[in-house]
This record gives sequence, C-alpha cells and structure tokens, in this order.
Amino acid sequence: MKFRIYRYNPDTDVSPYMQDYDLHMDAGDAMLLDALMLLKQQDDTLGFRKSCREGVCGSDAMNINGRNGLACITSLSSLKQPIEIRPLPGLPVIRDLIVDMAQFFKQYHSIKPYLVNNDPPPETERLQSPKDRLELDGLYECILCGCCSTACPSFWWNPDKFVGPAGLLQAYRFIADTRDQDTAARLDNLEDPYRLFRCHTIMNCVDVCPKELNPTEAIGKIKDMMVKRAV
Amino acid sequence: MVNRVVTGAHYGLRDWLVQRVTATVMAIYSLVIVVYLLLQPSFGYDTWAELFSGNVMRTFSLLFLLSLFYHAWIGVRDIVMDYVKPASVRLLIHVLVILALVLYAIWSVQILWGL
Repeated sequence: MKFRIYRYNPDTDVSPYMQDYDLHMDAGDAMLLDALMLLKQQDDTLGFRKSCREGVCGSDAMNINGRNGLACITSLSSLKQPIEIRPLPGLPVIRDLIVDMAQFFKQYHSIKPYLVNNDPPPETERLQSPKDRLELDGLYECILCGCCSTACPSFWWNPDKFVGPAGLLQAYRFIADTRDQDTAARLDNLEDPYRLFRCHTIMNCVDVCPKELNPTEAIGKIKDMMVKRAV
Repeated sequence: MVNRVVTGAHYGLRDWLVQRVTATVMAIYSLVIVVYLLLQPSFGYDTWAELFSGNVMRTFSLLFLLSLFYHAWIGVRDIVMDYVKPASVRLLIHVLVILALVLYAIWSVQILWGL
C-alpha cells in the first residue's frame, strides 16, 4: 500500500515535506491506525498520537485524503491510494502529525464545560426525567478530537475569537441540561459577533464528525434560545 | 494598552435575525417581480412605467432596497471583520460603508419617486 505522509521536525527541517512510504500489507479489515503503527516500525521517527485505538479517546484525529477523521476507525480498504495523511489543518504543528491543540481547548474551556448548580448536592444524584435526559443525546458523545473545528473555515480564520463547532456543541450540551442553572450567563457569554455568529452554517463540522454528531444543529438551537429570550 | 484578544461585544443576535428577515423580504419581492413580468404579454418601457406608477409598488421597492442595504451592511461588515485586522482601519471602512449605504437609500427614494 502506498502512503504520502506529512513530515516536519522543527528542530531539523527547514520546511515541511511529504514523504512516500510503501507498506506490504493486506488491507482486509485493518484500520488506518494499524498501517501507521506498522509504518512506525519501519521508520521510528514518524510521529503521531494514539491511545485507545477504538474511536473513543479522539487522539488520532488527522487529515486523511483531504478529510479529517480518526485513523483508528477509518478502514484502509475505503481509502484511495496513495493515502495522503496530513496533520489537522489550521493548528500549529509540533511534529509530523502531532498538532498543538492549546487553542482548541482554550475555546472549549471558555464555555465553562461543567455543570453549574448552586443548590446543595442531594444525597444521591441530581435526577432528570427521561425526556429531559434525551435532550443530551447527540451532545454528550463528543470526544473532543478536534476534527470538526479544524475543518471549519471560520475557525481557521478566527481561532482566537470563534469558539468553533466542538466548543459550541459542548456549550449547548450544558444549556440543554435541565440540571444546569447558568443558562442566561451561558447565552450572554456567546452573544458576540465572533464567539457564536462567525458560524455561517458551512456544515463541514457535520460532514467530518467521526461520531456523527451535528454541531450545526446545536448552534441553531443556541440561536433559537437567544431569539426566544429576546423577542 | 496590553495587546490581548478580547471578545464579548454582546451583539450579533439582532444582526443575524435581521439578515434572515431582510432575505425573506428580498425573496418575496423578487418572486412578485418575476411573476408579474411573466404574466405580461410583452416587456417594454410601458410595462415598467405602469408597474412603478403606483405608490404601493414604489413603497414595496423601497422596502426591498432598504432590506438589501441592511443585509449588505451585515455581510460586508462580517467580511471586513474577518479580513481587516487593525481596528482603526476596520472602523474607518465600517463608517465608509454605512455612509455609502445611507446615500444609496436616499438615491433610491429619489429614483423611485422621480424627485
């Protein structure tokens, strides 16, 4: 199988370059991450992140044949050769396929990704009705791999000001949570031409999400709630 | 002044909503014009002159143009916010765009009512 992989080591390379690899293996049921691990046996200077290798941790997000995805759940047989692998677009490259996610997590933290409830904690858990709990489906599953935000042109352009699809999906996850008491402040925090309204419904986020979530829909619901409280 | 990235202007919803409302007004106007013209046996100066002779059509047209200008203001402002980084230059361009659009609005009234 043929691969073209983005290589860059800031200590030794003047600029990034694409390196060709040839790997003798049968695609079969193997995932892209399996191939990367074999390539790393060939060339141990190749750098990439991975952990759970089953699409749960979100650490092996990368740009595969021009499309963001998780290497561990992308089957090799579905990919056209040479398989071109690049780091997630728009983020600073630390080395090869490893990017600096600091900006991404800064935006994530800015939406207060935790439950705000000032009532004294009950003996057991804070209960929700099954109907209220249903509202969190399609939101809580986000693994923060960064595929969506780094596929978003608005995030490429204003990563320091626009929260990005992943952060906004999480923002709505807490706005939608009936146990949270900070809704007004959360909406205030997002009522901003840059933080929320840079989203122009391009929907790259929905297209690439490896967990098949829909950040655009969540952003639409945030806007709906803002309209409801304003009119 | 320290050079920090600041957000939190607390506006945006109204503009986003206005952009949708103005788009709807423009869509309805365009549809009305297309349907009206298709229903005419022939296109000519008379067709246009008759269409714009009444105050209803003139007012509707002005509403369309005002929608267009407001819609354009939000769109152009968003582009300037994306591409022009120094705040002073951005403010200057915003002012110039507003002035141009206000002039267009006055000009539209002059054209529609033949003043």
